[in-house]
Amino acid sequence: MVWRHIAGRIGRRLLACLPALLGVVVFTFLLMRVLPGDPAVFFTSGPNAGQEEIDQLRGKLGLDRPIPEQLVRYLIDVGSGNLGRSLTTGQPVISDLRERLPASLELTLCALVLALGLALPLGMLAAMRPGSLVDHAVRLLCTLGVCVPTFVSGLLLIYVFYLKLGWAPDPTGRMDIFAATPPDITGFLLIDFAIVGDFAGWRAAAAQLVLPALTMALFVLAPLARMTRAAMLAALGSDFIRTARSIGLSRWRVMAVYALHNALLPVLTIIGIVFSTMLGANVLVEKVFSWPGIGSYALDALLASDYAPVQGFVLLMALVFVMVNLVIDILYGIADPRVSVE
Amino acid sequence: MSATLHHAGWVLRSNPVTAIAAAGMLVLLALGVFAPWVMPYNPIASDVAIALQAPSAAHWAGTDQLGRDIFSRLIAATRLDLAIAASAVGISFVAGAVIGSFCGYRGGRLDRAVGRVVDVLMAFPLFVLAMAMVAALGNRVENIVIATAVINLPFYIRFARAEVNVRRDAGWVEAARAGGEGHLSVVLRFLLPNILPSMAVQISLNLGWAILNAAGLSFLGLGVVAPTPEWGIMVAEGARFISAGQWWLVGFPGLALMLAVLCFNLLGDGLRDILDPRMRT
Repeated sequence: MVWRHIAGRIGRRLLACLPALLGVVVFTFLLMRVLPGDPAVFFTSGPNAGQEEIDQLRGKLGLDRPIPEQLVRYLIDVGSGNLGRSLTTGQPVISDLRERLPASLELTLCALVLALGLALPLGMLAAMRPGSLVDHAVRLLCTLGVCVPTFVSGLLLIYVFYLKLGWAPDPTGRMDIFAATPPDITGFLLIDFAIVGDFAGWRAAAAQLVLPALTMALFVLAPLARMTRAAMLAALGSDFIRTARSIGLSRWRVMAVYALHNALLPVLTIIGIVFSTMLGANVLVEKVFSWPGIGSYALDALLASDYAPVQGFVLLMALVFVMVNLVIDILYGIADPRVSVE
Repeated sequence: MSATLHHAGWVLRSNPVTAIAAAGMLVLLALGVFAPWVMPYNPIASDVAIALQAPSAAHWAGTDQLGRDIFSRLIAATRLDLAIAASAVGISFVAGAVIGSFCGYRGGRLDRAVGRVVDVLMAFPLFVLAMAMVAALGNRVENIVIATAVINLPFYIRFARAEVNVRRDAGWVEAARAGGEGHLSVVLRFLLPNILPSMAVQISLNLGWAILNAAGLSFLGLGVVAPTPEWGIMVAEGARFISAGQWWLVGFPGLALMLAVLCFNLLGDGLRDILDPRMRT
């Protein structure tokens, strides 16, 4: 019964997302068409390329046609999964993105798990004794956490953990260049190494991942921990908690089962917003750690005025975001059955 | 009014953090305004003979790869960074307040359409949007301002809309209309001043965010161009030297960014306590 409702909600949600996605496609198309650089000039053989060669390339890229016609062609291409070809790598954009997406997703998801693993206990501890030393320490950590930009905290983490302490490996890329090439199954290195049972490789990949993931986790720790604290405080003040306490349930059981369960909904809501922030911060973190993900790919393309990869990247971002919101919707239904029966 | 002042005094006394944040912001503003007279050295004069020196009595924050004094560059950058953040937030505040309050006042189809657009914008990774906009409009400081203003706009529209919406049927609004005020005048002269206090909180919190965004964009090489002193670009230039152990090239601009954002955030929290006691956390 509940599942039918959830399925119905997902269907409606997907339909409601379509106009937004279409809007994103059209918007990025228009935005990229006002870019100052002419890619045809940029990608001809050299600075002394003749006008003839430039015109030929413009024709090949379809840049000489009227804008509405270009837009319709672009929409048809996107609909059939053809996102164009990157002029810098020479590959179809879709295969470039498919190759690099796992790196970005692995980083973002690990960072989210790390942030939740830190924020939930911290928020709960703070809510258990409001006004205590722990509460103030958590508040201080959160206040400072949102003030340090990711590109600064990433560099400082490199300085401390790689250069001074020597705990972290060389902070460039996903794999040590001297290590064995990773198996190519899902593209998620941690999963791939686990599948083939190469634990030395798994540890090497995890070690590369720790610093960038921590950088991102620190940045989003604050909203998560704050929301956990507020939601836990609200839950702890309600009647059913008083009842649970009065009938003699253990303190731990009251906190972890009854209060946390009810505090999860607001936390879930904010995870959606946090994830969107992380997708943006990804670009900065990937640049700091030379991470071969879609963020650094799009940035390189952007600086080279290469239209197609940027459009593909923005579209992919929007898609990922829609998917994340869907997952959160499903979790909503599971965490609170009342939501799906509205 | 005296009640508000009394309350503000009480908040400041019981919460010295807000007072410290306000003082810190005044210092930042003073540094920004008086930058040319406070800087010990010329921020763009290079002297390769003293390149990459660690912090010392002569150069408080050390020197960079071209021998420029980092402390002077930090002060020079204060003006630019604060100006970018303030003008971006100013633009989005004015535009957002006007659009949002008209939507909230009128309601109807226009309101729903604007609400839809705002929802779509807010759902999107905003930093990515800003990146694409700066790249599209060109690598100039004005374009950082525009991009930052646009990604802040939805928050102001939504905020002003909600605040006006709950007030539009209030007695004093009815009274203003009954007294012969036109719709335009009701919105601009009665509703807008009424929602200003709660928007001030939003502005202060937003300024910190705007500084982070602008610095992030120039860190990526979008917007401010190299010799200009700016915190984000200073971090980007210093990043190459961190693996050689020259931490001050990144550390001090990072610290400046952090302190500036911290001041605005704490001030926003304090303002919320003063202006909107119900929201106190």
